[in-house]
Amino acid sequence: MNSPDAWMPEPVRVLRRKQELETTWTLELEPGQASKGAFAPGQFNMLYVFGVGEIPISLSGDPGQTDRLVHTVRAVGPASRQLATLRPMATVGLRGPFGTGWPLAAAEGSDLLIIAGGLGLAPLRPAIYHVLNNRERYGRVVLLYGTRSPDDILFREQLDAWNRLPDFDVHITVDHAGSDWIGKVGVVPALVPTLAFDPEDTVAMVCGPEIMMRFTASALRDAGVDDQSIYLSMERNMKCALGHCGHCQFGSTFVCKDGPVLSFDRLRGLLSLKEF
Amino acid sequence: MDDHGVSSVISLDGLQCLLDALARRGYQVVGPRVRDQAIVYDELSRVEELPAGWTDEQDGGHYRLKRRNDQALFGYAVGPHSWKQFLHPPRVGLWQATVVNEDRLHFEPVRDEAPRYAFIGVRACELAAITIQDRVLMEDNHADPHYRRRREQAFLVALNCSEAGGTCFCDSMNTGPDVKSGYDLVLTELLDSDTHHFLIQSGSAEGAEILSELPGELATDAHFSAARDVVERTRRNMGRSMPKTDIPALLMDNLEHARWDDVAERCLSCANCTMVCPTCFCTTMEDTSDLEGVTAESSRRWDSCFNADFSYIHGGSVRNSTRSRYRQWMTHKLATWVDQFGTSGCVGCGRCITWCPVGIDLTEEVRAIQGDSSPGEQT
Repeated sequence: MNSPDAWMPEPVRVLRRKQELETTWTLELEPGQASKGAFAPGQFNMLYVFGVGEIPISLSGDPGQTDRLVHTVRAVGPASRQLATLRPMATVGLRGPFGTGWPLAAAEGSDLLIIAGGLGLAPLRPAIYHVLNNRERYGRVVLLYGTRSPDDILFREQLDAWNRLPDFDVHITVDHAGSDWIGKVGVVPALVPTLAFDPEDTVAMVCGPEIMMRFTASALRDAGVDDQSIYLSMERNMKCALGHCGHCQFGSTFVCKDGPVLSFDRLRGLLSLKEF
Repeated sequence: MDDHGVSSVISLDGLQCLLDALARRGYQVVGPRVRDQAIVYDELSRVEELPAGWTDEQDGGHYRLKRRNDQALFGYAVGPHSWKQFLHPPRVGLWQATVVNEDRLHFEPVRDEAPRYAFIGVRACELAAITIQDRVLMEDNHADPHYRRRREQAFLVALNCSEAGGTCFCDSMNTGPDVKSGYDLVLTELLDSDTHHFLIQSGSAEGAEILSELPGELATDAHFSAARDVVERTRRNMGRSMPKTDIPALLMDNLEHARWDDVAERCLSCANCTMVCPTCFCTTMEDTSDLEGVTAESSRRWDSCFNADFSYIHGGSVRNSTRSRYRQWMTHKLATWVDQFGTSGCVGCGRCITWCPVGIDLTEEVRAIQGDSSPGEQT
């Protein structure tokens, strides 16, 4: 996106809206002139709601399917709540895609640990599609997914379908659950030591709340995975997505353009700091 | 500074000719003027509008204009304004969204009517600040068109400083007080009991062309020597200095230093330092819609990492405490800025010290951390 005015959105239509969870919705948008074409799994778009403002939302769809731009949004703020109410044929403004993607090319030939917490599964889903579309390029693939409760499990049918695949391991854990839950209970990082993978030849892609990513990265290090092979998708306030508004500056990076996907060796010293 | 293009020595009349020549070429001439008991940057057409005979007294949280015992036109340090407000204005309209046919959005850029500016009296620290903002806002894939338009059209008349303020420390930041490059013309005010004139030197083709139109006399070795003396005297009178140490390493190795708690006790989180800083570039986006709900305009305005909602993500701000905000500002300005842009974000102009309502002095904060540092403790 090197248009002369990278600040100006393009109008795009809503094709479909699907409720995923109580407050989480998936919007499928029709790409416009500027936004059609490929995106890298892990990238995000800036979505503009008329009269409210712009927010960064990760792409959550299949990167091989270029006729729609899929975003999964939790309705928590003024803009995201509006986005969640949009009907098919409504228009929003869109700029993007922005940011770095998951290291899918560099990870070819390696084992993959895909680790998500809560809504963090959405920015990882394009990477999962890519891996499944190119399954032969990767070694063992494990998805580890944690949510607060069984009701917060996103893309549940897909998770079940992926779990039935012979060469794709899915582990789900919840922080707490009622007696009708027969799966695992516990936090994501605690499961890392129970997984079978070769730490010398594993790339980990992690997305979730910052505290979950911090403890997960720590568990991965303890298991012998290199800092350079652990990738996190960072979240910070963003206004411009161009590296100019300063809001997402995090240490030596701007999360919008140097990230959101960053290797842990660039984050290590700063993630453990309170309020950095 | 002897070998920069062509040079000449001009009188006050010559300076007026310079203002006229710039106006004739279509520039909006902006320079220092006295307003609201401070020296600010504003439109300028007559030499008489310059702050003749004024100087300033500056210290932490302290700024007063005082009378000089001469009629120097530039005998003061920088005030609360910087050229940032012209090149990277506090508010810029970006685009307008209109609802057509009930639900279809149409986007239209807001017309950006930036004048061609000529700045009079751009000091070395300020040139350094402009160079830094050039890097931040122009040197990547997404050069900011609003900044670039203003910047590329601007004509810079720089100034070798003849007066260092109480909060100045450009010498220790290696940004001044002498102007080295990046200007169209540079002035040095030469004033003694008998004479008042300016050594003027060109730094660009357009500068040389304008200089050739000004009435003046040949610059002699004596003039160049006098100009060097002016700058050297200024260098010796810096009110502050930044400690000579590896500041990025010092700060990043001391992110949990007790001094951050100490400064947080004093800091009001008012954002003054970021507003007066000539390199702070942060902005936020603002959407305003009309009463009918048919058009909305998106504009950007200066923002500050000291504001509560600056770091807001769903659920709350990343940086709630003043301690974390001050640490954010100072570590970015003096440390991680270097990683991002290859230069410190500080030019030593001293504005953040002078205009801090409680007089927090970042050179003092660095010194305090330096005096009691715990190096290397970081994983």
